[in-house]
Amino acid sequence: MTGRNINFKHRVAVVGAGMTLFRSRMLETPQELAWLAAKQALDEAGLTLKDIDCVVIGSAPDAFDGVHMKGEYLAEGAGGIHKPTVRVFVGGATGVFVPIAAWWHVASGLCKRVLAVAEEKMSHAAKPHTQYVFRYIWDPIVEKPLNPNLIWIFAMEMHRYMHKCNVKKEDIALVSVKNKRNACGHPSAQLCMPNITVDDVLKSEVLVWPVQLYDISPTTDGAAALVLASEEEARRITDTPVWVKGIGWTLDTTHWTNRDLAYPEYVRRAAEMAYRMAGIDNPRKQIDVAEPYDPFDYKELHHMEGLGLAKKCEAPILTREGVTQRDGDLPINPSGGLLGVGNPIAAAGLMKVAEIFWQVRGEAGARQVKKPVYTGLAQAWGDLMQAGTVIVMGI
Amino acid sequence: MSGATKPLNPRGTKYEKVDFPVFEFPVVGKARYNYTTGQALGRFLAGLKEGKILGTYCAKCGRVFVPPRMYCSYCFREVDGWIEARDEGVVVTAVLSYISATRARLEKPVAVGVIKLDVPGRQFDDHFFPGLMHYICGASEDDVKSMRIFGARVKAKWKPPEQRTGSITDIECFEVVRP
Ligand SMILES: [Zn+2]
Repeated sequence: MTGRNINFKHRVAVVGAGMTLFRSRMLETPQELAWLAAKQALDEAGLTLKDIDCVVIGSAPDAFDGVHMKGEYLAEGAGGIHKPTVRVFVGGATGVFVPIAAWWHVASGLCKRVLAVAEEKMSHAAKPHTQYVFRYIWDPIVEKPLNPNLIWIFAMEMHRYMHKCNVKKEDIALVSVKNKRNACGHPSAQLCMPNITVDDVLKSEVLVWPVQLYDISPTTDGAAALVLASEEEARRITDTPVWVKGIGWTLDTTHWTNRDLAYPEYVRRAAEMAYRMAGIDNPRKQIDVAEPYDPFDYKELHHMEGLGLAKKCEAPILTREGVTQRDGDLPINPSGGLLGVGNPIAAAGLMKVAEIFWQVRGEAGARQVKKPVYTGLAQAWGDLMQAGTVIVMGI
Repeated sequence: MSGATKPLNPRGTKYEKVDFPVFEFPVVGKARYNYTTGQALGRFLAGLKEGKILGTYCAKCGRVFVPPRMYCSYCFREVDGWIEARDEGVVVTAVLSYISATRARLEKPVAVGVIKLDVPGRQFDDHFFPGLMHYICGASEDDVKSMRIFGARVKAKWKPPEQRTGSITDIECFEVVRP
């Protein structure tokens, strides 16, 4: 299957990361946000733009920023002028696809130092509501005439998962509580809610049953950036490079009404590819910290199972037992994830990769997990339960 | 573990509506799309007008496609022909929408779900099946919330033939079949 024929010339390391404040309604334009994050990542690596060979930009739907061809538009702020620059996008999975694309630029030998930047500004498209922009993801012929809103499909997936795995809403709400509390340690976070309880989640506005307001991440503006380099360069740049050990990505069909929604096949296949490359055969034991994609609380559980960090239907049990807490045996989203830090779509995925970088380097401060971190994982998902992207990093 | 917290000094400025001017532009006119229905879905929509739910099948892998495609994306070959699904099936998942497409509150929630359709002479597991998203009618809010609706039999409630336009909305909803 996937991954068997992957060959590369160079090992690749992350040597710097940056991110902006994650907030709704930011003063800066998308280009300015991209610049703030990119500059921070360069500064952290001790580099300037002239040291960068290639630029990879990630941004998800054009419709949010209200700008046509956002890659070209963002290139200014992302440092891409007069350089080989490309934009990649696979919906919500984009944020982890950006370092994957940066990886192949370096691994192939094409570029030695790559700047990877992801940006999203959701608050522009607020009329009549940010939701409305998501109409374009539905099939125009068999779905749009039913006048759907985005949350329908996720509610359908969540309910299917609850049904198949016999999961209660209380158990799912625990994810939201954990992540919104974890976000209090994050300097960029939008939603720090130190005292939030399961009851608060269960009492929040019902949007599309079983999805309630606090089951969902907020709409957010923000940007994140990384600098990746070949082994030789990385060793020159820093004493503490964080290696990209494995990458994986896959797409499933957009015909989501033809398949079971209780298990994320798109994650399993992407994870298998990344694990094979990283030499991981027991992720539950070999991954020390993970940042799975959590725009909805049930998605963290779903994705833990797709990633093999929990058996099928086991993630809610691990969550209830505290295993996934920051000081637990398998810390999941110690950053606060999208539910806490915020969800500027592509930037949120890249934020997760940056978090793993900081966790491996022991630089996550209040978010630092209690156990030693040798290997971490970030994952994102996009579109109609469809696009999966996974990256494994470590020392 | 060091005490430093990255990112250091995250930048960016939050603004409030009152204290910062926003440049707003409306979409000029009303942009509309004319999507082609294509070969497979074109015939599917024509079928709906006649009160039929049509699909295609691949003889190589045995998959049945509703909504239909003209090719099997798994075997990457042309499908072997058309098949008629019954306008009945079971509910695979269902939810209650309390908000509209623009996030306005609805007065009464709407039930929507995925229906796994019956095809005479064929069996389907949970992993791949002919399925459509549609409204579900005849179910109470509690039927959905309690998940009793899962596995329930439903049957298409068709618009009268003269009102059909060749659209997924030629089916008003899938109605729960009471035994
Ligand atoms: Zn086939």
